Amino acid sequence: MSGKASRRIGKQDQAERKQRFEEEVLRLMDRLYGTALRLTRNTDDAEDIVAEAVSKAWSRLDELDDLDCLPGWLFRILNNVFVSEWRKRQTRQRYWEDAKQAGDIDAPEDFSLFQKLHQPFLLWWGTPEDAFVNDLLHEDIQRALDSLPDEYRVVIVLVEVQGYTYSEASRLLEVPTGTIRSRLSRARSLLQKALWTQACAAGLRSEPGDSGHDNGAGK
Amino acid sequence: MTERELSCEEVLEQLFTYLDGEIDAAGSADIDRHLERCRDCYTRAEFEKKLRLKTEQAGGFAPAPERLRARIRGLLDRY
Repeated sequence: MSGKASRRIGKQDQAERKQRFEEEVLRLMDRLYGTALRLTRNTDDAEDIVAEAVSKAWSRLDELDDLDCLPGWLFRILNNVFVSEWRKRQTRQRYWEDAKQAGDIDAPEDFSLFQKLHQPFLLWWGTPEDAFVNDLLHEDIQRALDSLPDEYRVVIVLVEVQGYTYSEASRLLEVPTGTIRSRLSRARSLLQKALWTQACAAGLRSEPGDSGHDNGAGK
Repeated sequence: MTERELSCEEVLEQLFTYLDGEIDAAGSADIDRHLERCRDCYTRAEFEKKLRLKTEQAGGFAPAPERLRARIRGLLDRY
């Protein structure tokens, strides 16, 4: 990336800072909104937290020395706004209800798409698991993510989508890293189960339990 | 640093932690070595990587509605 030299925002004039901030915000808008939408599952809420995050970021822009850090900084503010709003609305109750509901979902703890799809003797040409992943549309994954209860969806959006470390996610959500690990594991299982169920519903795969290709190759 | 020979079960147990970059360098190197030798585990790891990449791409992007863009532009104009 060119222009890597640090730029001290504090030393730029107001108009230039504003222009740079605006350019970055508008450039990142689809990613900010997409992330917010996956976190909230609601278009109005997603728009609100993006607007709130942009507003907060602008008001604290002097705290940021290096403009190269602006994207990551904006996403951190976005996540903080989401978590804060989530708590404010006392969704913890719904959160736990969701978690309980998740326990009722018919998905074994270690559901694996790979185990469903893999055929060990097809080594040298397109494999069913590759075809499955290649054929997935963004909307398939978004729908599957949206089907996850809050506590699982949020963790997977933080770690897999945004690249948070376990300890960063732990600090943001104020839960132990062990909880992040277990939620991630469950979230992945639920996500893969949801993708499988969608594929079956669309007639692209045989129904779960119809034998599939569960040949034990996934160990 | 001692190298460990991992079994397939051990690798699969740690696969997602490995893909998340949450394993120390020695543990990660142990898994790398296993994946270089074991076709089954390598295939599984590649599958999970591809699915993860798709999730990353799909989960972090949605076209922002014009209404939101206008709202943000309005916010910025007020500053």
